[in-house]
Amino acid sequence: MKLNELTIKEAVEGLKGKKFSSVEITKACLSQIEKHNPNINAFLTINEHAFDEAKKADEARESGSNTSLLGIPIALKDMYLTKGLRTTAASHVLENYIPQYDATVVQKLKDAGVVILGKTNHDAWAHGSSGENSDFEPTKNPWNKEYVPGGSSSGSAASVAADMAIASTGTDTGGSIRLPASFTNTVGLKPTYGLVSRYGIIAMASSLDSIGHFTKTVEDSAIYLNVTAGNDPMDATTTKNKTPNYLEDLNEGIKGLKIGVPKEYFTQGLDSNIKKNIEGAIKKFEELGAETVEISLPHTEYSLACYYIIAPSEISSNLARYDGIRYGNDRTHFGDEAVRRIILGTFTLSSGYYDAYYKKAMQVRTLIKRDFEQAFEKVDAIISPVSPTPPWKIGEKTDDPLAMYLSDALTVTANLAGIPGLAVPSGFIGDLPTGFQILGPQFSEKLLFRIGHAFEQTKERRVLDI
Amino acid sequence: MKIDIKHIAKLANLRLKAEDETKFEKQLNEIVAYVEKLNEVDTKGVEITSQVTGLKNVTREDKPAPSLTQEEVLSGTSSKHNGLFKVGAILEE
Repeated sequence: MKLNELTIKEAVEGLKGKKFSSVEITKACLSQIEKHNPNINAFLTINEHAFDEAKKADEARESGSNTSLLGIPIALKDMYLTKGLRTTAASHVLENYIPQYDATVVQKLKDAGVVILGKTNHDAWAHGSSGENSDFEPTKNPWNKEYVPGGSSSGSAASVAADMAIASTGTDTGGSIRLPASFTNTVGLKPTYGLVSRYGIIAMASSLDSIGHFTKTVEDSAIYLNVTAGNDPMDATTTKNKTPNYLEDLNEGIKGLKIGVPKEYFTQGLDSNIKKNIEGAIKKFEELGAETVEISLPHTEYSLACYYIIAPSEISSNLARYDGIRYGNDRTHFGDEAVRRIILGTFTLSSGYYDAYYKKAMQVRTLIKRDFEQAFEKVDAIISPVSPTPPWKIGEKTDDPLAMYLSDALTVTANLAGIPGLAVPSGFIGDLPTGFQILGPQFSEKLLFRIGHAFEQTKERRVLDI
Repeated sequence: MKIDIKHIAKLANLRLKAEDETKFEKQLNEIVAYVEKLNEVDTKGVEITSQVTGLKNVTREDKPAPSLTQEEVLSGTSSKHNGLFKVGAILEE
């Protein structure tokens, strides 16, 4: 196996056993990027200090350091502020912006010893489901370059799928980690709202933004969350509770667990191949000793409408700060999707319409949240499809924003309820990957990893041959 | 309800080209028609959810701590004067 194809766990073991160095892994990742980025467009900026960081990590290990991600090369979505390294939000507004400080998560990852390879492409401001709303050209799906890799964290997903990075970071406001993970055969975690700090990550919709990551395995996802989770005085919404060791229950198995299958997620124009695939996954869970039961989340059909009022409202407010005075370019540099969402949100918050749209949506949000609370009284976790359809061709939905929004129908619910979701690969439809998501109560990440890991052990990890 | 695109763009401080106004107006009115689906839901007496943490009034001690330097704060702008941001006049004589 090539060094850039390693998982975090394998890389850490090899580094500890002195089988290879961080410089060698970093070199393998950078040469993969050099070879394939011109076709895939996963990276917007390469960190020219990556080599030096790898060298430093090797030296630190020589002198006895053993931090959990020491020497592991990763990629960061370009929504994460990185001191001295250009951060664009994939928008022309910030095309020359150099941050003066690191996001809390970036600082935590640096403290854990990572090597930063560069900044990845995505839908500008994280607005989109395909990656095509980037102001710097779309990212291609590494499994078939005529197709989208899913969005908004398109480049982060593609970078891990194409073995350009060992892991990467993303943001998930309505599915932006889980959807691209399921389109690229990667594991994507959307943590509980308030588990991972949002400080220094460009805000999209502040009550929904969840800070997560892409990895090659479920175990890696837990290793990564052990670094990023926990209270941050700079983000008042982060939990004050002590976070557990997310690897603790990984091998407990799922015998005796009750897993809910929400019937409403299987009606909304669900593609027949996706349905067949997830039915296969449900059967696997039963073979592994879990009990699966049909449940109902009655307000599911209203979640997308609810989301597309709340998210644009918060977006219009967050994007109001970009006036080109203190940094960045002026407001004429916003792309079409940002303009659409600013106008929609300004409208739903404007005088005379606030009650009919925004307040109404916040009430429906309560009902959606309650649906989940009631479901989790009966089941330990929920399994559902991620996207109602397989990846689509580049260009297919770009002229029809509403059709694009509909691909978020099964993912926005977790953001509205503030619960965690773990997207796990579950095979291929033709040459394109698919996956399912496991949802659990707030702060149940340890359980999600346990379930995802049990499923993952039933099959071989497929590495992309490019 | 239909969006008055000229009025809303002005509120949002966006300048749109005439052809874009027409395009956005059509697309946005389709989206608004879709989200009005929420009118089917009976929400009488339902509390709002503006955030999901259940936390209230999170405060910290008001203690001075190091912050960015003036030079760092001004590093992103090309429009500065004597260590300050330079902006267009708001009031005229």
